[in-house]
Amino acid sequence: MAFAAFATAEAVPQAPKRASRIGWFLLAPGLAYLALFFLTPLISLLLTSLQAPDLYGDIGAYVYAFNWQNYVDVVSEYGEHILRSFGYALVATAAALLISYPIAYYIGVRCRSRPLLQSILLVLVIAPFFISFLLRTLAWKQLLSDESFIITSLKALSLMAPDAHFTGTAFAVIFGLTYNFIPFMTLPIYTTLERLDTRYLEAGADLYGSPATVFRKVTLPLSMPGVVAGTLLTFIPAAGDYVNASRDFLGGTDTAMIGNVIEANFLVLLNYPAAAALSIILMAVILAIVGVYVKRAGTEDLL
Amino acid sequence: MSGVGAGAALANLEAEEVRPLPSKPTRTRRLGFGRWLLPVYVTIAFVFLLIPIVYTIVFSFNDSIKSNIAWRGFTLDKWANVCVVENGAVCEAFGNSILIGVISTLVATTLGTMIAIALVRYRFRGSGAISLLLFLPMATPEVVLGAGLAAQFLAVGVPKDMLTIILAHVMFCISFVVVTVKARVASLDPALEEAGRDLYGSPVQVFWRVTFPLLMPGILAAALLSFALSFDDFIITNFNSGSVTTFPKYIYISATRGIPAEANVIASAVFLLALVAVVVAQLGHAAREKRLAR
Repeated sequence: MAFAAFATAEAVPQAPKRASRIGWFLLAPGLAYLALFFLTPLISLLLTSLQAPDLYGDIGAYVYAFNWQNYVDVVSEYGEHILRSFGYALVATAAALLISYPIAYYIGVRCRSRPLLQSILLVLVIAPFFISFLLRTLAWKQLLSDESFIITSLKALSLMAPDAHFTGTAFAVIFGLTYNFIPFMTLPIYTTLERLDTRYLEAGADLYGSPATVFRKVTLPLSMPGVVAGTLLTFIPAAGDYVNASRDFLGGTDTAMIGNVIEANFLVLLNYPAAAALSIILMAVILAIVGVYVKRAGTEDLL
Repeated sequence: MSGVGAGAALANLEAEEVRPLPSKPTRTRRLGFGRWLLPVYVTIAFVFLLIPIVYTIVFSFNDSIKSNIAWRGFTLDKWANVCVVENGAVCEAFGNSILIGVISTLVATTLGTMIAIALVRYRFRGSGAISLLLFLPMATPEVVLGAGLAAQFLAVGVPKDMLTIILAHVMFCISFVVVTVKARVASLDPALEEAGRDLYGSPVQVFWRVTFPLLMPGILAAALLSFALSFDDFIITNFNSGSVTTFPKYIYISATRGIPAEANVIASAVFLLALVAVVVAQLGHAAREKRLAR
């Protein structure tokens, strides 16, 4: 699995697998749980997405139907939000990769001879996980509000237009997404780089590869599994996130992403079929992207 | 999102101790980036990464009245009286989060560990489908998981409360437990169990006296991961919580009117505790390595 990039104990040859009833006994409770609380909810979601309003009921009352029109409706009404979500997620993933790769390289390769520094930096990378991500996002909102020191300074230096804002813009939402997912990107890349045999890099250099060539032809390909895992761990949750884009956090009136729309339809407007149809669309697109991406990156064995 | 990496990172720390370090410090030739460029870049990146944490901790000492936005002076008051504000709403939310985290962790770690052992040790028909079922929850955006469960609870007529939150948390924790523990099971030397059997240990004895203790670090890492995932989850919780408030949900709801400094106090305290725990674990790990190296 892509995410196994985290758990990197070195596997050793095991005794041949046995077929036994004990195996099923161990497996059954967990799988039954997932069937009940992961698979059936997806089916519920699919059924809900096809519901039609109950003509004799209150708001929020629906009857089962095959109302495919729901999908047409949500795409025409929220197409913009869907595109925006994947656009934001894509930019944030690229930005997070640019920020994270050097961090991972530094910790995983450069710091090898200094294990203490390596441990400290590793702890600092995961440190953000220990403080609620909602509070971290709010911290950025305060730090970059119109009255904040940073923004007033930028305006005083004419680096920012006097009437410009940071919070409430698309830039702010992408900034927040990027920030929130840097550790998710850094850790799997670090895990692969940490195991990189540096003799390959020396061999590349001995063969007159310039540092850039060695990086492009040796380091990067060898760290691909980490890059793939990191980009997935960033892209998938970023596309479905609705905290950063929320108006109470970094978003504004026209930054709403698909997550915001699903939340509003489900929890506020009680338009369950619309929320369900949007969820199904989100999931389908993500799975398609993941499938194609993993194939193209040549890392099928990760799954 | 959020927690996903939280304990994944912990899992990572745990994993290190079983991994033989490859090719110790062969001198890397300075590659391209320049001697100083990379350290400077990384320093800036770390400052960027840590600014919101420092901000959150500093503002837990802010002598704020209601919303904690402008700096009004230093006070220890909020730390001393965390549970006073809003009749203890912050503490209640925090307590809920702890309770949900502990129960979800116990259930998910048990179920996930059983699956992990089964997958490494036993053969199954349809193992491809099983792997897919375990992988999918991790590749599904949280908003879909949350809406799906909420749609199901709605269809069946289950009222949303603490139980529905726990049911949801166990669901998204299982796969991460499996991944973490599986790596540990696959790294066990089968000779150790053979030795146990040679010494006339019954299968049950061998499991509890040999296998289980050896798996413990992996199980512990998985449990920490589960707890971190559960404790910091907001998106799935928001869909399945009804009127129950967890700590992240409290922050989300209060964001409109301003977060009281007490929330910063709790977040800072949790942060410092977790940091101490990780540092102690790291030091212990370093000490063990030193002993082994000798």
